[in-house]
Amino acid sequence: MAEKNLLQAIHDGLAEEMRSDESVMILGEDVGRAGGVFRVTQGLQEEFGPERVLDTPLAESLIVGSAIGLSVNGMRPVAEIQFADFIPPAFDQIVNEAAKFYYRSNGAWTVPITIRAPYGVVPGGALYHSQSIEAWFCNTPGLKVVAPTFPADAKAMLKSAIRDPNPVLFLEHKRTYRLIKEDVPEDGHEVPLNKARVHREGGDITVVSYGLMLYTALEVAGKLSEELGIETEVVEPRTLYPMDRETILNSVKKTGKLLVISEANITGSVSGEIAAIVSQEAFEWLDAPVIRLGAPDVPAAAFAKPMMDFFVPSAEKIEAAMLELARY
Amino acid sequence: MTTEKTRARHETLDLEEADLKSIYRAMLVARRVDERSWILNRQGKAAFVISCQGQEAAQIGAAYNLRPGHDYLYPYYRDSGMTLLLGQTPRGQFLSLMGKKEDPNSAGRQMPGHFSSRELNIVTSSAPVGVQYPQAAGTALAFKMRGEDGVVMACGGEASTSGGDWHEAMNFSGIHDLPVIFLVENNVYAISVPSKFQVAGSIAKRAEGYGFPGHEVDGNDVLAVYEAAKEAVERARRGDGPTLIEAKTYRMTAHSSDDDDRRYREREEIEAWRLKDPIIRFEKYLFENGLLDEDEKEAMDAEIKAFVAEASDYAENAPFADPEEALDRVYAEV
Repeated sequence: MAEKNLLQAIHDGLAEEMRSDESVMILGEDVGRAGGVFRVTQGLQEEFGPERVLDTPLAESLIVGSAIGLSVNGMRPVAEIQFADFIPPAFDQIVNEAAKFYYRSNGAWTVPITIRAPYGVVPGGALYHSQSIEAWFCNTPGLKVVAPTFPADAKAMLKSAIRDPNPVLFLEHKRTYRLIKEDVPEDGHEVPLNKARVHREGGDITVVSYGLMLYTALEVAGKLSEELGIETEVVEPRTLYPMDRETILNSVKKTGKLLVISEANITGSVSGEIAAIVSQEAFEWLDAPVIRLGAPDVPAAAFAKPMMDFFVPSAEKIEAAMLELARY
Repeated sequence: MTTEKTRARHETLDLEEADLKSIYRAMLVARRVDERSWILNRQGKAAFVISCQGQEAAQIGAAYNLRPGHDYLYPYYRDSGMTLLLGQTPRGQFLSLMGKKEDPNSAGRQMPGHFSSRELNIVTSSAPVGVQYPQAAGTALAFKMRGEDGVVMACGGEASTSGGDWHEAMNFSGIHDLPVIFLVENNVYAISVPSKFQVAGSIAKRAEGYGFPGHEVDGNDVLAVYEAAKEAVERARRGDGPTLIEAKTYRMTAHSSDDDDRRYREREEIEAWRLKDPIIRFEKYLFENGLLDEDEKEAMDAEIKAFVAEASDYAENAPFADPEEALDRVYAEV
């Protein structure tokens, strides 16, 4: 087992799937010779050729639409949207097309495509290289939305996504690409697309989070345990839609308290859905109101660093929210 | 040279008498199914009708060049003539029209005109206009990557060329010389908006800018459409790339059963186009060339009307899916 960061793990997942299945291919902007703006696909065009690692014109609807067309004719395309912020032109192809092919043909046509999209706030990213777009897609039956955070999970879930007969939107928090390294199994490690992960067990409060916020939540949870003996159970959904409700509900039934953290605008967020599920199905176990932490309802993170930092829930805010829950 | 001139048009196209009869029959079947659909709508048995009337020559002339189940078709909602030619049945059309469980397109989920057949490679279609073009380009790319000789036909009305998807697909197909045929059935109207407010310049000529041939053909002349599509399909199969065909035709009915076209077009205009009805026109050609006579035509029509009625009755009596089946088949099993 070798230590890999998120970026390398995703790269390896792509390469391994392409080696084992010649119908797997990559298409997107700058994915070929340049190896992607984040270098996720570096070296793949050299290994697999310019058709299987295809530089497309700058046209997102075409990227996803042609991926759909490839997939109904024997291919398993992985389409890359360079930044999640640029996904709206492909919205129709994802939501009205890929997600509905199977249902609208009564199961005759499957669309085995994976759409990778880097999301999340990054210094200098500003309004159009920072957005958390998951909520736009998390009320689209027929589509799976996954957002793994750690390298080993990401590699295994990317493989699951590519092998899945359904369209999968695969979100990668770009600020976590090089943040940590962990042991990533070479092969055979499987993570299904319907299971949340409990990172840390605890009986006092439950925190549900994903992406960069999950790292912060884990740090704060460690600190509160050491300093105050407050034990936090940290749950990562990993798949945002359809979500593994069971794992979240089981945790809340144990702790009676829930904090949900993400970087997305708070109103209409995935966090809101988690809060709704818990209030409806675990009401009698709750000892405190469910708290959501997220970005304020402003369009997106600003370019200037002080404003950007203010936009993202800070470790201090997360700690304060956890302490507030612990006091109930 | 002289023999060439005296040869009938179909002979220069290598069409046998049997081909011509198949083409004529397919046009007539499409028309009779369509007419029956409107009757069912007026009887309150079909909630919605969307029509192919007037476009049978464009559809059947083009699709007659495809190999069902091998080549791919991305139809649009008026292309029932095409899908019937490729192997969908009148019974299936009526089951779809009435939203019955046995509807082969969607088991009662989609509106009529949203065709699908996995076996025939008729890719499931939706209502947003133009989305099929990038998909068609992708399907063509898969054929090219594997070195296969399959081709893809992607269809739409003239308004489907107004959005970005059409242009993105044209551009991509031109870049990679993809085996795809863009068939634009220019029927003059996008619901109420006439083509003069929809289309700048010429649709056919736009192909030149994307680096491949574009042809404007008389869409009510089935042999002209067949000829253009034959050339396009052969070109695609050879690996020489895409072709755009703009078939100039006319929508003979209102946009749909929910539309009243008296609000936006003159009756005289429709009557003038009725004289150019593609079925009557082809009939005349067959009569003139001694390939069909009145008796044979009557017999064929009677036979078609009978099985169309039978198909319609079958669909009328067929059951709906259980309401709970609305919950099924959202995701394919992993």
